[in-house]
Parts: sequence; C-alpha cells; structure tokens
Amino acid sequence: MKIAVTGLNNTDNPGPGVPVIRSILAEKEFEGEIIGLHYDNLEPGIYMDGIKSRSYMIPYPSQGPEALLERLKYIHFREGLNVILPTLDSELYNFIYISNELEKLGIKTFLPTFDNLEKRSKDKLSEFCKSANIDTPKTFILNSQSQINEVLKTLKFPVVVKGIFYEAYICYSIDEIYSNFSKIVSKWGLPVLIQEYLVGDELNVAAVGDGEGNTLGAVAMRKLFITEKGKGWSGVTIKDDNLIEMTHKVIKALKWRSGLELEILKSRNDGKYYLLEINSRLPAWVYLTQASGQNLPYLLVKLALGESVKPYEDYEIGKMFVRCSIDLITDIKTYEKISINGEL
Amino acid sequence: MKITKNLALSESGFAFNGSTGDSFILNETATFILQKIKEGLSEKEILDLILKEYEVNSIQAEKDLHDFITQLKIFNLLEE
Repeated sequence: MKIAVTGLNNTDNPGPGVPVIRSILAEKEFEGEIIGLHYDNLEPGIYMDGIKSRSYMIPYPSQGPEALLERLKYIHFREGLNVILPTLDSELYNFIYISNELEKLGIKTFLPTFDNLEKRSKDKLSEFCKSANIDTPKTFILNSQSQINEVLKTLKFPVVVKGIFYEAYICYSIDEIYSNFSKIVSKWGLPVLIQEYLVGDELNVAAVGDGEGNTLGAVAMRKLFITEKGKGWSGVTIKDDNLIEMTHKVIKALKWRSGLELEILKSRNDGKYYLLEINSRLPAWVYLTQASGQNLPYLLVKLALGESVKPYEDYEIGKMFVRCSIDLITDIKTYEKISINGEL
Repeated sequence: MKITKNLALSESGFAFNGSTGDSFILNETATFILQKIKEGLSEKEILDLILKEYEVNSIQAEKDLHDFITQLKIFNLLEE
C-alpha cells in the first residue's frame, strides 16, 4: 500500500505531515510505503531518514485544483497511490474539489466536506457555537476600521485582534488595535475579528469524526511550553470529561468528517470551557495520540480505505511530548536533485 | 477530604494532576500528608500521625497542616 502525505514542513511552525507519517509507521499492521508531497525544496521531512520512500513537489494551493490534479496524476502514474492524506488547512479546499477525480483514479481520501469547512471558519464560529449551545468568547467581525469604536462599547480592554486565517494580537489600547488591524489586513485581508480576551488555560483536543456525527477518537492535551509563535513545544495528555464532551458535541453538530483539532480555553474567572477555534486537520502534536493509545492518523487511513473501524474509548493520561530541533546533514547533490527534478 | 480525580502521586514526591496537566514537586512532609489524604484519613487523624512522626508542637503542626490543605484546595487538588 502506498500512502501520500503532505505537510513535511517540520520547522518551528511545524506541519502535521511528519507526525502523521510517524504515527502510520508505528502501526504494527501497516505494510507499505509513504510518499511525501512537499511544496518547498527545504521542507525538513524530505531529508529525514525513515520517513518517506520518495517525495514529490506539488503546486502551491494558490495555483488551484487543476494544477494539483495534473501533478497528482503524474505522481500516481509513477507510484500507484492508494491513499492521500492532506494535512494542511490551506490545501484542503483544492483536495476536496478534486476528491471525486482522485476516487476515479483509485486514490482514496477521507476529507471534511465544504460545509464542514464553512461552518467552522473563524467568522462563522460564534454562529455555530450559538446554535450548538457551546460557549465561545464574544467575537465581532469587522470589515472596516470605522467599526472599532462601536465594538469597544461592548468589549473591555484587553481585546484580541485576529486575522481571518492566521495571527492574533492581544491589544491593551485603541492605538494597538488600529496598528494590528492594519498589519492583519495587509497580510490576510478582511474581515478582521475582535474578540473578548479571556484569562485561563488553553487546552487542545485532537479528534476524528466519521461524517455521520460520531466521534471515533479524541485525545486531550495541555501545552506545557509555548514558543513565541504560539506553538506547543511540549505537552501532556490529560483527561477532562468536559473537553471530550465538547468534542463529541462539535463533531455531532457539524457531522464532522476527518480529523480536527479543537482549541479550548478553561476560564480562570468562571471555570467555564470556551471554544476558541476548530482547526480542520489533525494537529502537529498528533504523534502523541498514537503514543497514548489512539492512532488517529491511521484511523484516517482505514476510513479512507472504507474499512470498518471501532471507536477508541480511552487513552493514557500523562503521556508527554517534547519537541526537539536538530540539524539534518545532507549534500548539495541531494538538494540539486530535488530542485531540478521536483522529486527525490 | 478527597483527592481530586486523576491525581497521581509518586513516592518521590512528584504529583501530576491528570485533569489539568499541572505537576508539583512536594517535600517529604507534604508527600506524607497527601498520601494520607489519598488513603482516606481525616485532618484530625493526619495531625495525630504528624505529631507521632515528627518533632513538632501541636499548635504549629495544626496551623501548617491547615495551611497546606488550603493550598491543595487553591491548586484544585482536593475535591470539596
């Protein structure tokens, strides 16, 4: 069996590709090969030993689904792929768009639906939480700076200013809001979100939904060390029924299909759990789920292949990950091959 | 008094709250007290054991034990 996986950018802002691959390779029953799909010639996963058999460059998401399909046809011709697991948010739309074509080629996927992606988007999250009776911080969606003063009639400082796709800044004054608003618009465009700032502990859940409203696996984790970019560099599995209940509620309400990550804040003021974000893919810390007894990436492989799966019911608490940064040594000849041929 | 659910306490004095991810390093006396709470002993019974085990006057021991139990509650390590 050949499984292609994207997101080999194992940098200080890591993609989930390498941990997804490590999870699949850790599964005793897995027999096959991993084919890497990369966007950049310097993605570390290309150069790591024991991760993939071969890796192929694919076009950036901005080049659209047709370019992606053409490239995947070539890779499929060379490799005979059975399954593709995309692992990045930004590429999901293209993969969903071409999923029927991939199916015709004999390549299986298990992706979220367009409806899933739409309802969990940052600007729709408040609406979704209201309908599903889930707490979320008060959020305002702004299409112009002129709306800032109106928002501040409701929210108290500090507030969080967030981009529609990425980036968030805690702002303590109106000047900071204006400055970060402009910074975000120049990078990610409109709308910009202004959100109530809640003090508490940020907790995460990685999970898989079957598309019918059932949760097939869910593991909760607390970050123990967070980098300047807000990425967890260390974390530990925890067992808090409130987190797992919220996950079941989200997956049921959305009929979520595929992997996802919930970012949840447990408020220090009222002890309530607030849903901050729904990420539409498994997280970069997903190898921890495998280590704690739930191999969520391999579950996606089985679902893609249409095999029957038994939902995971438990996992080990106190399993920790500590991320590390090491220098991989390669040769300029290797870099030359990947740069010239687009594959290695 | 009841130890919070999912609290793991090792003999070395390392305590891990599996519900929150918090961990604590306890000294010998704190480990002893937490172990006794885990065994289901009351505050009074633990105080008697401390007085037997350690050279300390009862007023000081009672005050320190009470302070420690208050701290355990602050850190959500005890269920009400």
